Amino acid sequence: MFIFALMRLKPWSRAALLGVVVALILMFTTNLHAVSRKRTRWSSKERVLLRSLTLKSLGAIPRDPSNRVADDSTAASFGQLLFFDARLSSTGTVSCATCHMAEKNFQDGRPVGRGVGEGSRRTMPIAGTSRSPWLFWDGRADSQWEQALGPLENPVEHGGDRTQYARLIAVEYRTRYESIFGRLPSLGTLPFRAGPVGDTVRAAAWARIPGARRDEISRVYANIGKAIAAYERRIDFAPARFDRYVEAELASDTLSSPSLFTPDEEAGLRLFIGKASCVNCHNGGLFSDGHFHNTGVAQSRATALPDSGRTSGVLKALAGEFSCTSRYSDATAQDCAELRFAVAEGPELVRAYKPPSLRNVVDRAPYMHAGQLATLDRVLEHYSSAPRAPLGRSELKPLHLSWSERRQIIAFLGTLTGPLTAPPGFLAAPANHTVE
Amino acid sequence: MPAIPFLAATRRIAASKIVAALAVATLFAGCIAAAQSPGELDYSRTRSSEHGIYRGTIIVSGDSIPTGRLQSWTLHLETADGAPVDVATVSVDGGMPQHGHGLPTKPQVKLALGNGNHLVEGMKFNMGGWWVVKFHVNSTAGNDSLVFNLSL
Ligand code: HEC
Ligand code: HEC
Ligand SMILES: [Cu+2]
Repeated sequence: MFIFALMRLKPWSRAALLGVVVALILMFTTNLHAVSRKRTRWSSKERVLLRSLTLKSLGAIPRDPSNRVADDSTAASFGQLLFFDARLSSTGTVSCATCHMAEKNFQDGRPVGRGVGEGSRRTMPIAGTSRSPWLFWDGRADSQWEQALGPLENPVEHGGDRTQYARLIAVEYRTRYESIFGRLPSLGTLPFRAGPVGDTVRAAAWARIPGARRDEISRVYANIGKAIAAYERRIDFAPARFDRYVEAELASDTLSSPSLFTPDEEAGLRLFIGKASCVNCHNGGLFSDGHFHNTGVAQSRATALPDSGRTSGVLKALAGEFSCTSRYSDATAQDCAELRFAVAEGPELVRAYKPPSLRNVVDRAPYMHAGQLATLDRVLEHYSSAPRAPLGRSELKPLHLSWSERRQIIAFLGTLTGPLTAPPGFLAAPANHTVE
Repeated sequence: MPAIPFLAATRRIAASKIVAALAVATLFAGCIAAAQSPGELDYSRTRSSEHGIYRGTIIVSGDSIPTGRLQSWTLHLETADGAPVDVATVSVDGGMPQHGHGLPTKPQVKLALGNGNHLVEGMKFNMGGWWVVKFHVNSTAGNDSLVFNLSL
């Protein structure tokens, strides 16, 4: 009867019909193909991507040619003492660890950091930052040691100054310092409180010191940063459940093998690397591309000053007194490639910030560069609606994620929680440490 | 009554309509594919410049172009008739058309290595996907652009 019906058609409509039938058959078989491909949980392309997100893909901690003591373990132990020493502040109450609390993944859980005063940005995690070519939310430092010198003389963070710190080293740490960096300059006649940053009194006192003497003091200051960096460098992420999951999937990726993830976590991962394209910016073993993006995060209410993000960050990095190309750096000019090839201007830099690593992210609310979003629900809401940027243009497009998709992505983010790794004793205050 | 209603219905639809519907469907499917991954693009490492003045080849170390780190390339430049171009000013830009952003770095081409080869320094790609890299070449042969597509 089928043939009979077909015969009664005009030849050209018969041809068209044949086309439809062929198309249907094709569709059916390709569908079958898709079904058989689903036997494995992840396609070969996805497996390559998954592998690139594991800690294993990161390899060894990269060298820092700008810091010749970066891999010196004596310098690292010295750096640990300094990191926890509150005497490195104008008040004697603020150390790096005041905001970067070892027991809280080196963060403080506040929307903006609080030292001697209140800052305007959120405290960032420390682990893994030796792998980041740019430090701070706006990347205004190009090494860990240059970064450390920012808060030390920032009036609302440690609030101290260079002659004060040099004296502390001379009195408390002379032997240690000199065994690593050589002789300290004599400090005899220098003012007690002087430095280029901070209040006008200290700045004026600094300006009165002869240039060559200033340079000696700044070198001591730079070395404080280098010792702290030697310590921080060794703080890294240890594998999380996610890393074990990927390892298991790559070893035996069949649907019958048990999954280390719940269905929600697996669906969340699929969204993260697929439809939600989080992986565009949160990629590599740290889940951060280390670059800068405007994601339309609202202006902070913590500060009245507008924050232009990378626009001013890159200019500060290029002009940095302690940059990779500065006289205090141990690098040769060729070593400073990131600085040399940095994009220094353009609309894309406006309110662009560095994506923080998403490892251990679920435990460190609030989120974004000034803690603008209180919870992960709010973060997913943000990515779902992609609000307009207060300044510049957001790179995000609305994802219109359903409630269950948001829940799945958050479940997945939970699999990125894992311990930190460091040499023995490095993940807490040093043993002989006293806090005033 | 025909036994298969579907066919009976089809018979009443003009064949031209079917053809049109098929064409629309194919086009539609094609568009979706293009928006996801531009499979139609020419990803070859040797390209002719937009106005045909130059042929350029990018030579990278290793088979695949890594993401997330600075790298140097060699750009081999020759005129359309195969003469190597050593003296040229070359500038680089590019980005990800689908994401609407440029390159994360400002690469430079400053060193001619001879035989039409030029050192491209400071290349970096901070995410996977479709990238476009453009070399603007200016020499006595003329002003033209070489456009390379990369799938990372
Ligand atoms: C008052 C709180 C506070 C103190 C004290 C403090 N920090 Fe921070 N830290 C922050 C804030 C806030 C940021 C982000 C600042 C910005 O981007 O403008 C930050 C950023 C960093 C980063 C950058 C991480 C990244 O991924 O780029 C490192 C590393 C760091 N701090 C280490 C230190 C060290 C070392 C010290 C001591 C010398 C220190 N911090 C003292 C609050 C503090
Ligand atoms: C266009 C790049 C980009 C994309 C795509 C992107 N992010 Fe982000 N992400 C960032 C940047 C940049 C920040 C920091 C922004 C800021 O503080 O202003 C950030 C911050 C975050 C934070 C907060 C981390 C913290 O410690 O404050 C979370 C969580 C996060 N992203 C998750 C996601 C998820 C989930 C997706 C996918 C739905 C996603 N991101 C997609 C760039 C991106
Ligand atoms: Cu992109």
